[in-house]
Amino acid sequence: MLTTRPIGSIAGRGSSGRYSILRLFREGLNGQRGWSHAWRKATPRPRYKVVIVGGGGHGLATAFYLAAEYGIGDVAVLERGPLGLGNVGRNTTLIRSNYFRPENVRFYDHSLRLWEQLERTLNFNAMVSQRGTLNLFHTEAQRDLFTRRANGMRLQSVDAEALDRGAVRSLLPLIDLDNGRYPVLGGFLQPRGGTVRHDAVAWGYARAASAAGADIVEHCEVTGIRQVAGRVTGVETTQGVIGADIVCLAVAGHSSRLAAMAGLRLPIETHVLQAFVTESVKPLLDVVVTYGAGHFYISQSDKGGLVFGGAIDGYNSYGQRGTLTMAEEVAAAGVTMMPGLARLRIVRQWGGVMDMTMDGSPIVSRTPVAGLIINGGWCYGGFKAIPAGGMTTAHLIAHGTPHPLAAHLDLDRFADGRTCDERGLGPFPYAH
Amino acid sequence: MLRIRCPWCGVRDEAEFRYRGDASVRRPRGDAGLAAFTDYAYVRDNPRGWHLEWWLHVGGCRRLLKVSRHTVSHAIHAVGAPDDHLPPPPDGARE
Repeated sequence: MLTTRPIGSIAGRGSSGRYSILRLFREGLNGQRGWSHAWRKATPRPRYKVVIVGGGGHGLATAFYLAAEYGIGDVAVLERGPLGLGNVGRNTTLIRSNYFRPENVRFYDHSLRLWEQLERTLNFNAMVSQRGTLNLFHTEAQRDLFTRRANGMRLQSVDAEALDRGAVRSLLPLIDLDNGRYPVLGGFLQPRGGTVRHDAVAWGYARAASAAGADIVEHCEVTGIRQVAGRVTGVETTQGVIGADIVCLAVAGHSSRLAAMAGLRLPIETHVLQAFVTESVKPLLDVVVTYGAGHFYISQSDKGGLVFGGAIDGYNSYGQRGTLTMAEEVAAAGVTMMPGLARLRIVRQWGGVMDMTMDGSPIVSRTPVAGLIINGGWCYGGFKAIPAGGMTTAHLIAHGTPHPLAAHLDLDRFADGRTCDERGLGPFPYAH
Repeated sequence: MLRIRCPWCGVRDEAEFRYRGDASVRRPRGDAGLAAFTDYAYVRDNPRGWHLEWWLHVGGCRRLLKVSRHTVSHAIHAVGAPDDHLPPPPDGARE
């Protein structure tokens, strides 16, 4: 279990102080003049013990756990742009641990347990909402498959419940259970699944990591990785050369490009995944629902917009935008499941680029270059994994050996023939 | 939305095709060893720029096409048969 001290007790440079309802009240009386920046805008020093490339969810979480769990505060997080504009701010904010393979269930459920205490750990309101994740099934074969998955989860003491049509109907009155093509036979619910406000995750981890001593450096793009005799010595950036004993890449979507700077090729293809949000409406959907006869998932944000998405566009792309072909497919699946959606306007649509790996599982691993560590390959499931990804990457950096929960996520698994292929699809990233 | 000029069918909508991955990968000789086969099965250049790739024309002639496409702009520079050597992209090799 997590033993992290509350952030307010960690003495840090430029701390923004502890947030509390009392302080909110006091600042209200004081004209809100007592607040400071949530994290220090650092300029990089010439040298650090650990340099983390990428100020997204995983990079910031890694920096935080390095300081808070493993006592390593001599850390810089280098972010190309401002924090939170990459994939940590582009996902559909879902958290869950309803996986099939035991090692995946253990890893993602550890993440879910860290999410459950995240706000206390970070002293930051990330709006963690365990509203439940419901996977609908439409055929008897699919019911059997989901039953097997749910039983596998329950064997590991992870929550999973089967719902019949009546229970689905009372939970989701707006779902068209009898749609002509794929009538809904029932669903599997993970009550502990839900949503988290993604921007707050980036800000909360950045603030906590900064308070614990890490330097968060924005607008600092890495342009090269320096090595001597097969060992990293630092990175070249737009703000000069920064030395480091350990360089950690946490740049999912662009892992191949950064790894190429160190002369490495990865089992990854980059693909674009899009997401959509409708205009705000009154509360109508209080669980996360996935449609089982297509690739479609939807939830309602606290602001009232329905946030939804589907599959990746399907061909290699670094373009951070979606294409209409997939937008049409996603809309068709959504309207089939929830016909009322057709009456809502889509107000925003966007895309993020994913590291799609050859087995659909992430990479938290050492590399053939000594001191170079990769956190990447998150496919389109990186957001829910942020706490566990950061924790296990910090463990790997601090101890030099994999965290037991992420030992199966090493790069060697491909050559060794022990890939972790949740869906059994084979080495075709565009199919995962 | 891509429009791919199939050498046999003419310009067709992306919806008629299925993506089949990196076309620059070559199967090694049978005695090439484990490292070469691991590379072949799993490891990719994944360029940000021009990419040589397979597209299967499932909704048309059902033939496999070799396509040179840019992974940021999605522009298609050349399309050919599987054993064609496509002309190099306008701005040189892969970025």
